[in-house]
Amino acid sequence: MTDSSNVPPKKSATDKSRRTALKSIAAGAGVVAASGTLPGLLGHAQAQSAEPIRIGFQVHRTGIGAAYGRWYDRTTEAVVKRINEEGGINGRPIEIVAEDDGTDPKRGAEVVEKFANQHKCDLAFGTLFSHVVFGSAPRAGELKIPYFVVSEGHHVASGKLNRYTLQPGITDVKSQVEAMGPFIANNLGKKVTMIFPDFAFGHDHRDYFTAAFENQGGTILEKIAIPPTETSFTKYFPKIPRDTEVIYHVMVGPAVLTFVKELGEFFGPSKPEIFGFIDSLEAVDLASPGLEFLEGTYFWEGMPRYAQADQSEFDKTYRAAVGVDENGASVSDPKDVSTYAHMFGCWETLYVVKAGMEASGYKGPDDRQKLIEAVEAMSDMPHSNEHPQGAKRFNGKTHQTFGHQYISKVDNGKLVLAHTTSIEDTLYEDEVDYTKQAF
Amino acid sequence: MEFGPYLFIASLEGAITAAVLALTAVGLSIVFGIMRVVNVAHGEFFMLGAVIAWWVTSMITAHPALGFVAALIVAPLLVGLLAIVSDHLVLRRINYDPERTIVATIGLLYVIQQTTLMTFGPEARPVEAPFNKRIALPWFELGENGFVLTWPWGLSTTTYKLAVIAAAIVILLILWLVMSRTRLGLIMRATQLDSEMAQAHGIHVDKVYALVFGLGAGLAALGAVLIVPIQQAHYLMGGDPLLLSFIVVIIGGLGSVAGTIVAAVLIGMSDGIISVFFTPTLAKIIATLLVAFVLVFRPQGLFGKPER
Repeated sequence: MTDSSNVPPKKSATDKSRRTALKSIAAGAGVVAASGTLPGLLGHAQAQSAEPIRIGFQVHRTGIGAAYGRWYDRTTEAVVKRINEEGGINGRPIEIVAEDDGTDPKRGAEVVEKFANQHKCDLAFGTLFSHVVFGSAPRAGELKIPYFVVSEGHHVASGKLNRYTLQPGITDVKSQVEAMGPFIANNLGKKVTMIFPDFAFGHDHRDYFTAAFENQGGTILEKIAIPPTETSFTKYFPKIPRDTEVIYHVMVGPAVLTFVKELGEFFGPSKPEIFGFIDSLEAVDLASPGLEFLEGTYFWEGMPRYAQADQSEFDKTYRAAVGVDENGASVSDPKDVSTYAHMFGCWETLYVVKAGMEASGYKGPDDRQKLIEAVEAMSDMPHSNEHPQGAKRFNGKTHQTFGHQYISKVDNGKLVLAHTTSIEDTLYEDEVDYTKQAF
Repeated sequence: MEFGPYLFIASLEGAITAAVLALTAVGLSIVFGIMRVVNVAHGEFFMLGAVIAWWVTSMITAHPALGFVAALIVAPLLVGLLAIVSDHLVLRRINYDPERTIVATIGLLYVIQQTTLMTFGPEARPVEAPFNKRIALPWFELGENGFVLTWPWGLSTTTYKLAVIAAAIVILLILWLVMSRTRLGLIMRATQLDSEMAQAHGIHVDKVYALVFGLGAGLAALGAVLIVPIQQAHYLMGGDPLLLSFIVVIIGGLGSVAGTIVAAVLIGMSDGIISVFFTPTLAKIIATLLVAFVLVFRPQGLFGKPER
């Protein structure tokens, strides 16, 4: 240390011409732009034990989906523990092999490949963000590994994916907005401005809500798309037309709190009716400063975050198993708010996998096609400990499940259930029949 | 919204971007100007500033303003100190060789980013603003009775956002005073002009380098502390400021503090306005294109001095 501090800087370091220096600064900028492609930290593969069923868990540990990933992780851990305590699947325990996909489509496909070739998993499971599903599903199809997604996107039922990709544990955006259209038109207003994230999931909202709402005689005045990596939002809000009666908002990414806060700051005291998808505030404390303006506004919830007055026994069991308190936060840290409206999908999907494996007498990767056929044969699933969000109706042709949707109103800073839709409200015509596709 | 108020709100948003960008880019610019090295880890110093601000404010919970003021002091100091240590441990060892410095600071970038990911975690965490009140802004309209004051729907800002702009101006003024009116500034300028001659006159160039590297990082951290109540702390938040800082430094002229500030205002405002009226992507395209034009037609930058 001492000798180097006495050495004067080399001539070359200080006498560079500006032209040379410019080159190096430009090179630096290029490297910065390229460095975004480096993969994130790798998840750790768990040690092998005797004959477990290996489920590859594609999890958003890092990147813009990290908050969801944390809770998908906890829910998966809880459900695996429960299934294993109940005797596992066909007497074999489940072993989760978790890999971080960085919420990145390219990395997602690599992770699926690792599950199939390196970890020798029986199936892959767990992805939320729709662009990652889009990036990974084709690879799952090529590798012929069942890919159970928990994503909400309409991509599965749209027919764009393949026979190996299924979504039996969470409803899709098209069915959700199908059921929201009438509620908004009848209770809030007929002129809507939509604000949504600018990627596949947001486009599902844009396309299917517009159709559902126009069927109700409503009009969409403006559609404002915002990149999911955006950090400042006020600049988008002047595009909201003055005669807007209802703001329809759905946002994802690390800056959702900023988004909702700035929405409130923009309108001040003269706000229109506001209907949001809880995605805009998943993993965010509703009591955060700046969110007071949400009082009296409505949210779609996949599953009510706050324990309701008529809470079901199943919700109680599920909540306790995952470690969530009555306000939807972690029992060990009330500031650590869950992604309650989505994460039940992990729980329910693994129970569907269990049922499918038991029905097909699944023994190993050779029985993967039998597993898919067994799941395709499923239909009604009752409200139970296995399906705590509510009853489901699985459509084997479109590989998509349908279920109840919840609309809550913000009352004293808490979400109180105001309306529950029926499963019939959420149905739409089949767009694909995957069972006709060859394996 | 009408065109006038719309432009006004876009300019206000642009001014906030410009204010924070000016602080961050000036840090990069003085490091480059005086040390002639490109610090690729600059964005991570920015991110660390925000993360430390979150840490400090969550420790001091008595009143949001108290924690925030503490963060304003602690974050730049800690980040500056870290920069000085990394100057000592890394940059000095490779004799500030420009190419090797780029590679070394890329390494530093990943060390800082991944350490933050492993400790602070991948979540975005909010910091409460010391004060934050919505202000509805008036607008003038030429009606039948001359100018009339109106209050258009949505035309508003917050006291905190205005305070960020003011704070950035004050900090940049102080920096300018230090650089132009103090002995410390004189030493730094002497080192910038000719480090060997400065050394011959008894200036400890090594110490100046360490100090400048720390100061540059501290300025980035300060910018981050100011913006974090608006944007939240996140381990990936350093990427954008770094790219924008590079753009600003190249356009403004390498090592020219005045040029950097002018370019920051230009890029920040145009980013605000273009992304409002067109798309955020177009704003980035135009900024990067501008860099290409500057490199081709005026490689010393708008305010840089031509080659000696």
